[in-house]
Amino acid sequence: MNWFKYSSPQTFYPLAGRLVPLFYVTAAMLAAAGIYIGFFVAPTDAQQGEAYRIIFIHVPAAWMSMFIYVVMAMWAGIGLAFNTRLSSMMASALAPTGALMTFIALWTGALWGKPMWGTWWVWDARLTSELILLFLYIGFMSLQASIDDPRRADKAGAVIALVGVINVPIIYFSVKWWNTLHQGASVSLTRSPSMATTMLTGMLIMVFAFWFYSIAAALMRVRCIILERERNSDWVKQMNGPRT
Amino acid sequence: MLSFNSLACERGERRLFTGLNCELAASTLLEVRGANGSGKTSLLRMLCGLLDPAAGTILWRGEEIHALGEQYRGQFAYLGHAGGVKDELTAAENLRFSASLASIVIDMTSEAAALAWFGLGDHAHLPCKTLSQGQRRRVALARLRLSAARPLWILDEPFTALDAQAVQLTQSLIESHLEQGGIVVLTTHQDVAIKAPTVQRIELAA
Amino acid sequence: MSELSLSGTLHSLAQRDLMIAFRRRADVLTTVFFFVIVASLFPLGVGPEAALLRSMAAGVLWVAALLASTLALHRLFAADHADGTLEQMLLAPQPLSLLVLAKIAAHWLTTGLPLVLVAPLIGLQFGLNTAEFPVLLAALLLGTPTLSLIGAIGAALTLGLRGSGLIALLVLPLYVPVLVFGAGAIEASAAGLGAAAHLSVLGALLLFTLVFAPWATAAALRIAVE
Repeated sequence: MNWFKYSSPQTFYPLAGRLVPLFYVTAAMLAAAGIYIGFFVAPTDAQQGEAYRIIFIHVPAAWMSMFIYVVMAMWAGIGLAFNTRLSSMMASALAPTGALMTFIALWTGALWGKPMWGTWWVWDARLTSELILLFLYIGFMSLQASIDDPRRADKAGAVIALVGVINVPIIYFSVKWWNTLHQGASVSLTRSPSMATTMLTGMLIMVFAFWFYSIAAALMRVRCIILERERNSDWVKQMNGPRT
Repeated sequence: MLSFNSLACERGERRLFTGLNCELAASTLLEVRGANGSGKTSLLRMLCGLLDPAAGTILWRGEEIHALGEQYRGQFAYLGHAGGVKDELTAAENLRFSASLASIVIDMTSEAAALAWFGLGDHAHLPCKTLSQGQRRRVALARLRLSAARPLWILDEPFTALDAQAVQLTQSLIESHLEQGGIVVLTTHQDVAIKAPTVQRIELAA
Repeated sequence: MSELSLSGTLHSLAQRDLMIAFRRRADVLTTVFFFVIVASLFPLGVGPEAALLRSMAAGVLWVAALLASTLALHRLFAADHADGTLEQMLLAPQPLSLLVLAKIAAHWLTTGLPLVLVAPLIGLQFGLNTAEFPVLLAALLLGTPTLSLIGAIGAALTLGLRGSGLIALLVLPLYVPVLVFGAGAIEASAAGLGAAAHLSVLGALLLFTLVFAPWATAAALRIAVE
């Protein structure tokens, strides 16, 4: 099968349209299964009680936030290196979903922290890194929003995304160092002793649910971006039909 | 020496021109004309390598200019809309730094001569922010006088903001460069009759 | 006329920028005054208690240095872009990354270095032990060039764009490692643990940035000028 056939906005648009409902439905089913397991089936944690159940949302969201950033940087880099428009459009489409995942991770982290340690925010290494990741997403989106010329916006976004992706490990390492330096007791949201199998299954299912949701959302968004960017081309004009 | 094929330009989301071809041999003048917004400056910037064409290739002595990279950049002199003149520096300092950026070695006499030729002898040591627009333009043009070794000159509206005397000086500078085998590509709104062994014209429609 | 050597061109470019900075001394001094003002705001915000201020000294110094650096970044390319000199730089028959490096070096001399020289005074204001000053200076000397190098990428990407906060938004998250290890160096030294590890990391960050940032900045400049 010739995959390159789908590398132009015109051919990708209908393909994405067919895939979106598939991914949304699968995501919904996985989420239903995952939430059922996470909130009803998995046993109560010996140390943390019922509140720990938020990890079924917090951890998948955090993983997706980092994964999406890498994928976004990859598509942006491909767009920059090979001068392909669709790759850059995909990167721009992924950014808001990635930022949303980061925001969910931060929020659920706070909701977890409150019943555990009585504070709405804990400056532990992972949460702080998530916060900085959110800033990186916002920086990418703001830069693209500030540039009028779409091709320049694509390329400039690619540079900042690639610089960000190289820096993410460095930032994480430095935040971890900072955290161990300043924290006496090991109060950490990341401490997860041996997990019961049900918990692990539940979490894994939720990861896939979030992943499929992200794909669906990004595909839908890229369709909008394609329409906007290609609005002067014949195939888009024909789509709307003749004007009355 | 310089040739381009099937050149197309896209700015924002508009196609400005497509299918542009040209071949320029030594001692040729290329005049690019067209209404405002028709892509004249974009075409010149493509020839400089500052802008990537939407389609087509540009060849210098048979090789693609992007492949040549630095080598090509040492073969031409570009004068854009903004002259490349720093207000805080004097005319003499501006010339000296422009020359060194272009890797041209100059000494005090050739620097003074270039400025004097354009009538800036008295103003050579004043900061350029005290000069008029036309005088600043002359400082930018003075750099051309030092670029005789560069075969290709790409000039974007070189006669803007110049008085009659400066126009004449610039005209003779361009003519002597053409006589010595150079190529000059320029855009202009004004009707300046430049004598050249070969003249080609491109008219861009908006 | 013979060709000028690469080092001759770089030297001349740096010299030009320094000359211009000297003739616009106000810009340089503004950066330093901003640094001092920001640092002075903290005691006004948290109270003058000596022990508290001493514990905050390293962090405040570094945050103020970050903000002052960010403020000065627009000076790197904006003026050149406006008067056409940047174009000439892109058209020079020299590797753009090296030309960019020369500009960043000149910029650091007029931005980072003054901060380094003034920092001990701020340190005294916060009751920092004078024994920590060597570490303070070493950390800033290693850290501020890194800030200039990373900042150059942001300055190049935002060339010609409206909106003043954007460059800070892009660049401040990337400054976090320098902040953590820079402030950490001073605190480690004050706690008697020795700052060698922190300073080595700062040095490593500087080397890493020295290799990659000019290249990324050159790419960003070409994109911005298109």
